[in-house]
Amino acid sequence: MKEVFETNAMVEKENLDVRTITMGISLLDCAGSDVDTTCSKIREKIIRHAGRLARTAEDISREFGVPIVNKRVSVTPAALVGASCCRSTDDYVKIAMTLDRTASEIGVNFLGGFSAIVSKGMTESDRMMMKSIPEALACTGTVCSSVNVGSTRTGINMDAVRMMGRIVKETAERTRDNGSLGCAKLVVLCNAPDDNPFMAGAFHGVTEADAVISVGVSGPGVVKYALEKVRGKSFEVLCETIKKTAFKITRVGQAVAQEASRRLGVPFGIIDLSLAPTPAIGDSVAGILQEIGLEKAGAPGTTAALALLNDQVKKGGVMASSYVGGLSGAFIPVSEDQGMIEAVECGALSIEKLEAMTCVCSVGLDMIAIPGDTPASTISGIIADEAAIGMVNQKTTAVRIIPVIGKGVGESVEFGGLLGHAPIMPVNRFSCEDFIRREGRIPAPIHSFKN
Amino acid sequence: MDRTIITVVGKDTVGIIARVCTYLADRKINILDITQTIVQGFFNMMMIVDTSEMDTDFTSLSEGLGKLGEEIGVQIKCQKEEIFDMMHRI
Repeated sequence: MKEVFETNAMVEKENLDVRTITMGISLLDCAGSDVDTTCSKIREKIIRHAGRLARTAEDISREFGVPIVNKRVSVTPAALVGASCCRSTDDYVKIAMTLDRTASEIGVNFLGGFSAIVSKGMTESDRMMMKSIPEALACTGTVCSSVNVGSTRTGINMDAVRMMGRIVKETAERTRDNGSLGCAKLVVLCNAPDDNPFMAGAFHGVTEADAVISVGVSGPGVVKYALEKVRGKSFEVLCETIKKTAFKITRVGQAVAQEASRRLGVPFGIIDLSLAPTPAIGDSVAGILQEIGLEKAGAPGTTAALALLNDQVKKGGVMASSYVGGLSGAFIPVSEDQGMIEAVECGALSIEKLEAMTCVCSVGLDMIAIPGDTPASTISGIIADEAAIGMVNQKTTAVRIIPVIGKGVGESVEFGGLLGHAPIMPVNRFSCEDFIRREGRIPAPIHSFKN
Repeated sequence: MDRTIITVVGKDTVGIIARVCTYLADRKINILDITQTIVQGFFNMMMIVDTSEMDTDFTSLSEGLGKLGEEIGVQIKCQKEEIFDMMHRI
């Protein structure tokens, strides 16, 4: 009985939920020589597999009494699917619009996979697809785009990094009337996983089966409430509490994933053990850091506390599910986390500190608003720094940064819903233009030669 | 056997158990176990029921119990038992 009431308290007071059920669908067999035929095949295939996804997720949510916040679809990177039929950027935009319409038709709120994997080099179609991103994100609502510009095995493709700086900027321009919202749907990754269920970086990698179900769990609120009971106790008690809580949260995800996989007749892929915050009060990763003992996120000790949190979440979660994958760790998106927003507003947290934090947590510089007049080369520089951290530390890193056109430091921007609002953060004003102008790629680090 | 957990939480009043039980009986749902306590005037009840023979579907049961809860002035939730087993048992 205690367990039943504990579970329900987690749902009602502590924001326990399953953040996303994401169905990955391979579109490789939809590729053809004509863009319209390809588009209709894409639509048909997504509907055939994911037509019942939203409905099934709602049924499971009701029966288990646990909210499932998002239902999403990820597809094979568009640059691969469109390679044989897209002759211009407009053709790629056509694919994006097909994806967008199909997503609305089946009732999912985001669809990821308008992506290109260019960690070592770019084909002509990769380049074309990347150039179509600003237009595609401006004229669609649900489509998310990602570009993988580097990996530990291949090094960093600096030509792609340079291009992405400009594309981020252009996307911001194209969506300037909505607070440059387009950039919230565009992420530049290094070491991108093939099975990530979380947006905006989700895509269905070519190593995956035809269709899979992956689940992303959440629960910063639950961890925070659990830690409130062990204030002032030793690190051992602290770690033990985080681990136990992560176990419970992950088990909920595992139960939901198995049930969804059974009902939809699609194999279960992975659970992504991530602490994903929302703008809701109490559902904050920064809140956990404060509970661990920091006055504000960003204070000295933040990186250590985050490293501890990230590791304990994994240790607890791995025990709860046989297949763990995706990003798995603590997310630190600024605009989606009330505690992070407050930390930025009071001056406790800077981009430089966030960058240090990304060395020990799951992803990277996420949902950070910067002044709209930041040069494209500076954005490329930020991307390169983050990719270097990922490359050298053999982890996934990403940049989802929003140069808000027409706004400067001290102002803030409202995205609404799960994306929250963000204060504009100052960026280092010194130039890296000559560095970014160099052509070619940064070679793979020495420790990638493992054979 | 198809086990479902029903929880009732709210201000104590006359006839809560009677009304919930009647509602379940009308839908051929067998009650396996009931635990109930009052904490500071608040009524806390947990029921384990078998829904394998019920003549309605889970969605209508869940919505029906929710509505009944509103009438009585308590909160009624029903959830499949697996979720609790998954969370708290290794």
